[in-house]
Amino acid sequence: MPYDEALERFEPVLGLETHVELGTASKMFCGCPTTFGAPPNTHVCPVCLALPGSLPTTNAAAIESTIRIGLALNCSIAEWCRFARKNYFYPDMPKNYQISQYDEPLCFDGYLDVEVDGKTVRIEIERVHLEEDTGKSTHVGGATGRIHGADYSIVDYNRAGIPLVEIVTKPIPGTDRLAPEVARAYGTELRELVRGLGVSDVRMEEGSMRFDVNVSLMPRGSSEWGTRTETKNVNSLRSVERSVRGEIERQAAILADGGRIIQETRHFHENTGTTTSGRSKEEAQDYRYFPEPDLVPIAPDPAWVAELKAALPELPGVRRKRLQQEWGVSDLDMTSMYNADAIVLVEATVAAGAPPADARKWWMGELARRANEAGLPLSALRITPDQIARVCAMVAGGALNDKLARQVLEGVLNGEGSPDEVVAARGLQIVNDEGELMEIIDQVLAGNADAADKVRSGKVAAVGALVGGVMKASRGKADAGRARELILERLGVSE
Amino acid sequence: MSAITRDEVAHLARLSRLALADEELDHFAAQLDVIIGAVARVAEVAADDIPPSSHALPLTNVYRPDEVRPGLTPEQALSGAPAVEDDRFRVPRILGEEA
Repeated sequence: MPYDEALERFEPVLGLETHVELGTASKMFCGCPTTFGAPPNTHVCPVCLALPGSLPTTNAAAIESTIRIGLALNCSIAEWCRFARKNYFYPDMPKNYQISQYDEPLCFDGYLDVEVDGKTVRIEIERVHLEEDTGKSTHVGGATGRIHGADYSIVDYNRAGIPLVEIVTKPIPGTDRLAPEVARAYGTELRELVRGLGVSDVRMEEGSMRFDVNVSLMPRGSSEWGTRTETKNVNSLRSVERSVRGEIERQAAILADGGRIIQETRHFHENTGTTTSGRSKEEAQDYRYFPEPDLVPIAPDPAWVAELKAALPELPGVRRKRLQQEWGVSDLDMTSMYNADAIVLVEATVAAGAPPADARKWWMGELARRANEAGLPLSALRITPDQIARVCAMVAGGALNDKLARQVLEGVLNGEGSPDEVVAARGLQIVNDEGELMEIIDQVLAGNADAADKVRSGKVAAVGALVGGVMKASRGKADAGRARELILERLGVSE
Repeated sequence: MSAITRDEVAHLARLSRLALADEELDHFAAQLDVIIGAVARVAEVAADDIPPSSHALPLTNVYRPDEVRPGLTPEQALSGAPAVEDDRFRVPRILGEEA
């Protein structure tokens, strides 16, 4: 059912579960490294392979990082809590259980404010708990490489045991037709917050941050929430938005037809923007949680928690307000920078010495255009804030004009080296040698006698064509302002 | 009145991936009932002033520093695996065809 029609008839209720892999050096319960992309089964030991007799020991840094995330999300921190065993048979965990937390999360009852469409929406946080990530299965055989119909699977346990924080929202009603945007804004804000804390690299393309998206619908006027579905492992912010939209359309069509929604997990497909059924949740989600006997309880010292709270960095929302004031930009400009993920880049460019207006101009103009053409996020462009600042300095110093600066940026993006190297290799300096410039001007005047006469006779506006000619003849390297002055001087015209 | 029903034993067996025959269910249900009864007697002697405990040791906050330590080589890690492919543990089919 089309989105607009679905929203006329139904109201969505959202819920988001976010998994964040912490950036600790070692795993949650053993000393194996956590770096991404190592050859299979090279980051394993008896503990994370669950060999008999091995025992887990809790990583102190993971506890601290989780508490800091909780504090940044305005949560209460448990005075005493335990890990729990989540029992299930699946080869991604060699123990046949995952060490997680059940009814005693480390952090609970918080909130995160996000901005959508100029309005602040408060997302209530149910809990933040700590668990271990699972291994990576590859399904072999079958038509699609999916688990269904595969002949067998092969498992790499490098990821098994990496500390994983799960952040769960309370149900989010009242978002109405903005539900997809609210879901995305929450994901964006949460990523900024976690990145600002320095506890995870939050690289969604490497799976270090991923979302489970819960959606249910209720008929307009009803107050009874419908049955929800959970779309698992959505791994980009754009996909979070699209999956909410797709699921609203799908559920609305079923409900309008008199059908019922099955509570189940679903998979999102990037190419179509739709979801398909995964494991059905109706079939006894019986994990038989019980307190983990191999790990003693966690009882964070309240004084230490207070210290952590006092030492939290400036949070993203507060930081954005401060930067907006410092940079003197409008709400609209700030929002477009935020949506383009440009704030960190502009900030770093300003820190490297560029005026805020120039930093914003390049990132949101030429570079945004190039990123868009390449289908990349701004941060993936092969150019650094320092390099942009250098280009800004060259423009300010008169060595480059904007047109030449664009060519320098192009050279840097092409991997031709630093801005200075590109300028030298491509010969992009502005022609400052007035002798050289006069030679070009004389050539242009000779070749454009009509225009020259017009200017002589007082039609100063005609000088534009001559300046254009000089810029063209110098291949953009002339200083247009100076060229104009010299042409007028040559023609004996004063303004 | 028994503390655990035959249906509950069948459910646990399914969760534990144990294929139990009907007579085995009866047999184990009776045995488990005795075990649960024995454990329940502990609750009878626990006075109101004794809080429930999950751990034998009165300790909290036992941590290790976040330091990398050497683990196993892939050869060592995979040496006990029944089947190996591409330096990964090879496991049988997890789910059948989609219903």
